[in-house]
Amino acid sequence: MTSNEPAITPELVAEHGLTPDEYERIVKLIGREPSFTELGIFSAMWNEHCSYKSSKIHLRTLPTKAPWVIQGPGENAGVIDIGDGLAVVFKMESHNHPSYIEPYQGAATGVGGILRDVFTMGARPIACLNALSFGDPAHPKTRHLVAGVVAGIGGYGNSFGVPTVGGEMRFHRRYDGNCLVNAMAVGIAEKDKIFYSAASGVGMPLVYLGSKTGRDGIHGASMASAEFGADAEEKRPTVQVGDPFSEKLLLEACLEIMAKGCVIAIQDMGAAGLTCSAVEMGAKGDLGVTLDLDKVPCRETGMSGYEMMLSESQERMLMVLKPEKEKAAAAIFRKWGLDFAVIGQTTPNKRFVVSHGGAVMADLPIKELGDQAPVYERPFVETRKLPVIAAASVAPPMSIADALEKLIGSPDLCAKRWVFEQYDHIILGNTVQRPGGDAAVVRVNEGPKALALTADVTPRYCEADAFEGGKQAVAEAYRNLSAVGARPLALTDNLNFGNPERPEIMGQLVGCIRGIGEAARALDFPIVSGNVSLYNETNGRAILPTPTIGGVGLLDDFTKSMTFAFKAEGESILLVGATEGWLGQSLYLRDICGREEGAPPPVDLAAERRNSGFVSTLIRDGLVTAVHDISDGGILVALAEMAMALRIGAVVESSAFIPAHAFWFGEDQARYVVTAKNADAILQRAGDAAVPVLRLGATGGTVLTVAGERPVLLSDLLARFEGWLPAYMAGPGDEQKQVRGGGTQP
Amino acid sequence: MKSAVLVFPGINRERDMARALRLISGREPAMVWHADTALPAGTDLVVIPGGFSYGDYLRCGAIAARAPIMEAVRKFAQKGGLLLAVCNGFQIACEAGLLPGVLMRNAQLRFICRDVYLRVERSDTPFTRGYNAGQVIRVPVAHGEGNYIADGETIARLEGEGRVVFRYSSPDGMVNPNWNHNGALNAIAGIVNERGNVLGMMPHPENHVEALMGRTDGRGLFAGLVDHFERAA
Repeated sequence: MTSNEPAITPELVAEHGLTPDEYERIVKLIGREPSFTELGIFSAMWNEHCSYKSSKIHLRTLPTKAPWVIQGPGENAGVIDIGDGLAVVFKMESHNHPSYIEPYQGAATGVGGILRDVFTMGARPIACLNALSFGDPAHPKTRHLVAGVVAGIGGYGNSFGVPTVGGEMRFHRRYDGNCLVNAMAVGIAEKDKIFYSAASGVGMPLVYLGSKTGRDGIHGASMASAEFGADAEEKRPTVQVGDPFSEKLLLEACLEIMAKGCVIAIQDMGAAGLTCSAVEMGAKGDLGVTLDLDKVPCRETGMSGYEMMLSESQERMLMVLKPEKEKAAAAIFRKWGLDFAVIGQTTPNKRFVVSHGGAVMADLPIKELGDQAPVYERPFVETRKLPVIAAASVAPPMSIADALEKLIGSPDLCAKRWVFEQYDHIILGNTVQRPGGDAAVVRVNEGPKALALTADVTPRYCEADAFEGGKQAVAEAYRNLSAVGARPLALTDNLNFGNPERPEIMGQLVGCIRGIGEAARALDFPIVSGNVSLYNETNGRAILPTPTIGGVGLLDDFTKSMTFAFKAEGESILLVGATEGWLGQSLYLRDICGREEGAPPPVDLAAERRNSGFVSTLIRDGLVTAVHDISDGGILVALAEMAMALRIGAVVESSAFIPAHAFWFGEDQARYVVTAKNADAILQRAGDAAVPVLRLGATGGTVLTVAGERPVLLSDLLARFEGWLPAYMAGPGDEQKQVRGGGTQP
Repeated sequence: MKSAVLVFPGINRERDMARALRLISGREPAMVWHADTALPAGTDLVVIPGGFSYGDYLRCGAIAARAPIMEAVRKFAQKGGLLLAVCNGFQIACEAGLLPGVLMRNAQLRFICRDVYLRVERSDTPFTRGYNAGQVIRVPVAHGEGNYIADGETIARLEGEGRVVFRYSSPDGMVNPNWNHNGALNAIAGIVNERGNVLGMMPHPENHVEALMGRTDGRGLFAGLVDHFERAA
């Protein structure tokens, strides 16, 4: 090992995020003290993000298999079969911490990273979604974060050329110090042309592709002591800088090189860059890897081996190439103006050997780097059950009409047009249902098949009851896909939580995973990929537990996709599913009564499955003209959204046995609103299928009228619905100036 | 109609454009790489599609305007060949001097993707013969820099010579600031050159050619071009 590297001290170990026990484990594993570079490699492989050391034993309980699942968790992304020789490749991933530090670049590189995960597997990306959680709108940083994150997501996706078709966005004071940016990418590949990361064959060239390596993203923001030199030039922030132009070139070059049959294995350089990708490719293939860092294309001079191994520069790939195709592959990369360098090869000895400047910087057992990472069974306490709040105990502070007007213009329920209009959601010309519906619908190639895509979670439910909240996130995704006429196929999960070393946070994580597993099993809705983001807390206060579920469903014919807009006057409005008037943890209770209390609505998975199946057959048989899932805000908010879409009003009446505010705003699960020309046919079927269906009223006019209440003008509702977000974003302050990310992007 | 679609690094709507041309002309367009120096023999229509050529670095369209293929495109246009330049294509055509003026950042400084209404100002060009003058069509925009501007003299000439062919308008054809999403001068959405054979426009007619997108108002532009070449043949 080289002698000019810093000596390993307990402080240095701690700065690498390794505990003394973990360091002992390293020494025992390799039989000696690690070199500085080796310490860096271990810290990259054994951190929470790469090793899943706190969540692993719980994630193992999730259902991941189904006849249509081609690849479950463990690869760059999950893969499912949609027939016709085609596969869908998808995953969701967080970029929370970087987005809080530098919202434009943090969000942009989040999108870039997840797109790479998808096209690494040989798929052409066809859609992106995102789930965003921000702090209280009144918090001084929130507006700046919203502006930067949205601009960053748009800036990357628009330039790369993938439509951003859907997502969700919420505000809550518990995200004040930690916003969440979860990005999902979906691609289409030929089923028999999926590419994986496991290397095979000894002596095969390891090729570096894409952008050059720089000092961005190196984990050691806290490492700026003597080892890095004292001058500020080298104290770069740990947030990476995205270049969607390079990524677009990388996409085209990778797909071309794959089509030409040059590739044995491929892995994108994401978290922990070169280290993680090289180790994974070797370890998965039961092979060793040697790397010659002198061959790595660098953006700046004088980079140390340590820096190269830990750089998280974006838009880079590692590939094991068929030796005879090296020239053809190099020509393709030159055509696209990208770097291409053979930087190592596979070896038979299962060692990970890194040399730089003629010296060996690291020589480690490759399998153990991943396999022997610590796994923790952290102590946890289950979330304390909260009392069920009886509707009768909640006194309505205002009329039904007033409450509706207030809710529809609230931060969580208002239109998100200000956001999705900054995303190109129509590029590629396949967007059947644009943002704003229950789920986005995107045609597959020339059709007739289409995918339905959604991202869902209700964090306040998860906080109140982790298990039921986990179930609800999966059930809502299932419902949203069913509502547009799709058959739900599989999901990706992005688990965002606080510090797992605190038993109550660990309890939330465990509870949510159990709930997700229970629902996924009951609904035949397996988890095929995912990501865990822990330590989302500031000053000891954690975010709301936020296990975002990204759902993918299939429509056999995109022309049969269903929307929630009322289509015509004089149609019957029906409620599918049972209503008890559950106000605990509802938006009505929170935003109208000012109480964040009680148990969340329980999720009856059998009812979810039955009611969704029932609605699916109604859509298939052409018996309904509009379908809308009921979620945040309850029945009346769902009706208002249906009415506002094409400005067709309705007259509706409440069931008599439940207090009016609980009936209209309760958030009981497993429910839909549908409209139909012939209600009797549906009621007949419902009776046969034992599905509760209730007549609510009929469409027509330009007002929404609840019997016995003041009629609400649709124009007033629309003004509130569309008004809040643009008005908020135009608010005080000079945050807009910072939108483009501190001058790092043109 | 034999069409050729130019592909610069970072262009990303070339597939949308190729599909529209294929669907309406019944013929697969040639995809022409930026480093090439000649257009395919017998090309009737050259299209510069939308996207982010060279990542919009330096200035939108500035680098692509100097690509090797552009010399052939310039000669093609000089001989009267038809050139359709959409979105980033419009920016490239302006940077290449094929059209006057520039596209600045949208007035409210944000990227905007939405359907807009365009009033078709004249129907006697090869690009707009599929529409009636005064007709209002609905097509999407998706751009951050579509705010058209030129000096007063140029604008006066464009207007005087009837070279503004598309204008942002309300659904019933009224031009006013509420319906001009990017702040373009005189609500200009599309212009032609002096000879009338080069059209630059910010909106994307190629994205509204199939019923699945909600509208098919973009078809008229391509159908008109096909008709133009059939009559000429």
